[in-house]
Amino acid sequence: MRPRPLVPVLAAALAVVALQVAVTAAGREYYLTQTIMAAYYAVVALGLCLVMGYAGQISLGHAAFFSLGGYTSAVLTTADLTPLARSGWGGPLLRLHLLQARAGLYGGETIGANPWAAFGGALLLTFAVALLVGYPALRLKGHYLAMATLGFGLIVYRLLLGTNLTGAADGITGVPPWRLGFGLEISGDGAQRIANYYVAWGLVLFTILLLTHIVHSRAGRAFRALHGGETAANSMGINTAAYKLRAFVLSALLAAAAGSMLTHYSGGIGPSEASAMKSVRYVALVAAGGMANLWGVLVVSATLNFLSLRGCFGSYDDALFGALLIAIVSLAPEGPLQPLTAQGRRLWSRLAGHRVMTTPEGPAP
Amino acid sequence: MTPAAPLLVVDDIRHRFGGVQALDHVSFGVNRGEIKAVIGPNGAGKTTLFNVVSGLIRPQSGTVRFNGTAISGLPPYRIAGLGLSRTFQTPSLFLNMTTLENVMVGRHVRSRAGLLAAALRLPAQRREERAIHDVSLALLEEVGLAAAARRPVGALSFGQRRMVELARALATEPELLLLDEPASGLNTRETDDLATLIGRIRDRGITVLLVEHDMSLVMDIADSIVVLHFGVPIAEGTPAVIRNDRRVVSVYLGGDFADAASA
Amino acid sequence: MAEFFQYALSGVTMGSIYAAVAVGFNLIYGTTGILNFAQGEFVMLGGMIAVSLAAFMPLPLAVAAAMLIVALCGGALEILFFRRLRSHSALHMIVITIGLSIVVREAALHVWDESVRSLPYFTGNECSSVHLAGAALSPQVFWVLGTVGLAVLVLHTFFRYSLAGKAMRACASNYEAAMLVGINTANVRTLAFSVSAGLGALAGCVISPIGMTQYDMGTDLAIKGFAAAILGGLGNPMAGVAGGLLVGLAESYSVKFLPAAYKDATAFAILLLVLFVRPHGLFGRRQGSAVREA
Ligand SMILES: Nc1ncnc2c1ncn2[C@@H]1O[C@H](COP(=O)(O)OP(=O)(O)OP(=O)(O)O)[C@@H](O)[C@H]1O
Ligand SMILES: [Mg+2]
Repeated sequence: MRPRPLVPVLAAALAVVALQVAVTAAGREYYLTQTIMAAYYAVVALGLCLVMGYAGQISLGHAAFFSLGGYTSAVLTTADLTPLARSGWGGPLLRLHLLQARAGLYGGETIGANPWAAFGGALLLTFAVALLVGYPALRLKGHYLAMATLGFGLIVYRLLLGTNLTGAADGITGVPPWRLGFGLEISGDGAQRIANYYVAWGLVLFTILLLTHIVHSRAGRAFRALHGGETAANSMGINTAAYKLRAFVLSALLAAAAGSMLTHYSGGIGPSEASAMKSVRYVALVAAGGMANLWGVLVVSATLNFLSLRGCFGSYDDALFGALLIAIVSLAPEGPLQPLTAQGRRLWSRLAGHRVMTTPEGPAP
Repeated sequence: MTPAAPLLVVDDIRHRFGGVQALDHVSFGVNRGEIKAVIGPNGAGKTTLFNVVSGLIRPQSGTVRFNGTAISGLPPYRIAGLGLSRTFQTPSLFLNMTTLENVMVGRHVRSRAGLLAAALRLPAQRREERAIHDVSLALLEEVGLAAAARRPVGALSFGQRRMVELARALATEPELLLLDEPASGLNTRETDDLATLIGRIRDRGITVLLVEHDMSLVMDIADSIVVLHFGVPIAEGTPAVIRNDRRVVSVYLGGDFADAASA
Repeated sequence: MAEFFQYALSGVTMGSIYAAVAVGFNLIYGTTGILNFAQGEFVMLGGMIAVSLAAFMPLPLAVAAAMLIVALCGGALEILFFRRLRSHSALHMIVITIGLSIVVREAALHVWDESVRSLPYFTGNECSSVHLAGAALSPQVFWVLGTVGLAVLVLHTFFRYSLAGKAMRACASNYEAAMLVGINTANVRTLAFSVSAGLGALAGCVISPIGMTQYDMGTDLAIKGFAAAILGGLGNPMAGVAGGLLVGLAESYSVKFLPAAYKDATAFAILLLVLFVRPHGLFGRRQGSAVREA
């Protein structure tokens, strides 16, 4: 009963290290790039897993939250805030390092937001938007909720496409590196690739640890109870509306955090990140991972996104996700990994007692 | 509030579904520490009454007072928080959880750790979690299902599910417990166990209001009885009084269409 | 005044397409309880197939054939994917129709590639215009209004007077009861999918000369059509016609106040507003728990 997620998380951490060592040894470090991106997308899927798998709600707008995070970081760090810096506020903002100078596009210096400050701004904005949308939307059920969140996602997509501030169809490029300290930075710089790999997967493991804790807590039981029976949950003293909103906002924040970090890693973001297809993909990944199964969602989303980013599916990329959705719901509505994970868990509980070891998974040759 | 005042006061409740007057000027009180039964033929409005009291239905008129507070119009979760818990006519457990977790949900109103405390597993949250676990397991033991604690609740028999639901309701530490046909679907031995259990619950100081069709059970354990007929309370009193009430007897012993329907 | 009229007519033109999609939504939702996210793909398929067929046969024949083919596809989808699924949760239904819409769209991408296509104008060409109250209008506008209006009228009569139509209405109002009185509900569901697909295809054909046809036009149409259906009140077959016109008009007039790039966002914003404020529709009655919690 007491969750011991630390053991699987440590095992996963070992696997992450092993993968990096193997990839480096094989001289194929360029694989890490897609692995890093897949990690950030996995964070979005994990958050959505809480909403769909555990709280039993649906969101077809999570790509919008991802983009909200990414675009806020991108806009704030790339915009020329020199006027603000010269104003009365400039002094304190610069002293607090909320603003920072960077080399301008045409030489000289421009002043933009510090990535940390931008990240904070991204989370704040996402929090506000998620509350504002989630409060009325989550009172809706089933199809209505799906349509409402899809509509929200499309609005964000259209706004990003139609606004000059967000670079319209081109999106935003030239997002500066995010210096985390200790010489680490989130950026696409080749020399930082391994560091970024660990930052990204560190975030994934941290997320799954937090979410596992939550799932096995009072709040987690409230989520699952409202999924299992809203009326009964309400009669047991659970403020179902509030808990739905909590799951929704938390997962929106996770998506925004991932979006913000990936934007610094890629050095930019485009409107396609907010498209309905992206939102649908996240839903597909959660469904394929087995809905209420954090590890299943992690494995499926990391694998499929990695393959997709490496271009393995060619022009059938989107089609694959669509077919996946159909196949899963008509053939294995409880998730294709269901029998696998049940067995895995049994095997695990046997193994965990004795040793904690994983075999390194080498990259496909 | 004087101590003699009833714990629950149902005052002139009316509720109508389309053409059906499910509750018609229903008034009665439930005293602290008693076991009160609501009986009546099928469709008499008993479940509707429970839904009104527990907040699932907002009555079209009338008030419900619990412990002196007007609770009609409050959302169900608030009413549960005030110390009123219930079971359902058809057990509605959370099939996506284990037996133990179902009971642990009942501790929700008696615990407080939030999302952040849970995510970080702060010491206070871990302590609380352990207490929730222990209390819930003890309750499962009490209803004889400790062995099934880790099993998915969907794997239990119908009778066992009723017991899990009872344990879940008890986990909220209610002052008033509403039981909607707790004995339906139970065999004779299980019904006897249930009667003992309800007695123990009352002895613990929990007031019980129950709907039940099993007359021998009701006559056995109830301190007083309200009879509903087509939404109208037609009699109220001790088992002895009800047993000899002519209208009640005519409702239950034929000569009445409603009785044929309930057979 | 002329400008006002011009906006109004272009709003009504697009609105009638949304209305067709909305009626399609309602047909399927009413009889099966499924909100078909692939509704917009029927419109796209209709346009695409007609464009392809028009190369070999006269235009009216191509349009009729496209309608028939898409209607058959719609029925086939129901038989293949939904017949066995009735007991599944809304979440599953949503996921499967989304999957279908993606697969259809991607298949269309591979068959017809990314290019924008269009049917020839039914009468005249892109330059011909009709002058009405000072506004210049393409004659195709009247084809759209006439055809969709006629189709909706025919459907309306069908529901009123034909046995199959009455059966569909019965299923929409009470599924279990319809089953009990001996209506073959499975066939009614298939019929609903077919009719709805055929209607979508027709809309796709008539709009093609002015609105163009592209493989990825479905999602936007689906959600605007849904907005229309919601405005009218979901589930009632004919509701949504007025909703469609309203969405079309709002979208059209929004261009006056907002940058044109936000036109689509306006329609979606209306959807959210209606969902949040009156999810049972402007004209519908409160349905309660199916829509949202008490
Ligand atoms: N949600 C509802 N909508 C419409 N009518 C309802 C609803 N709930 C109950 N009714 C009607 O109200 C009347 C009272 O129903 P209720 O369930 O309260 O009866 P009951 O006394 O609990 O019966 P039983 O012994 O069968 O459980 C019945 O005629 C029933 O059909
Ligand atoms: Mg009842």
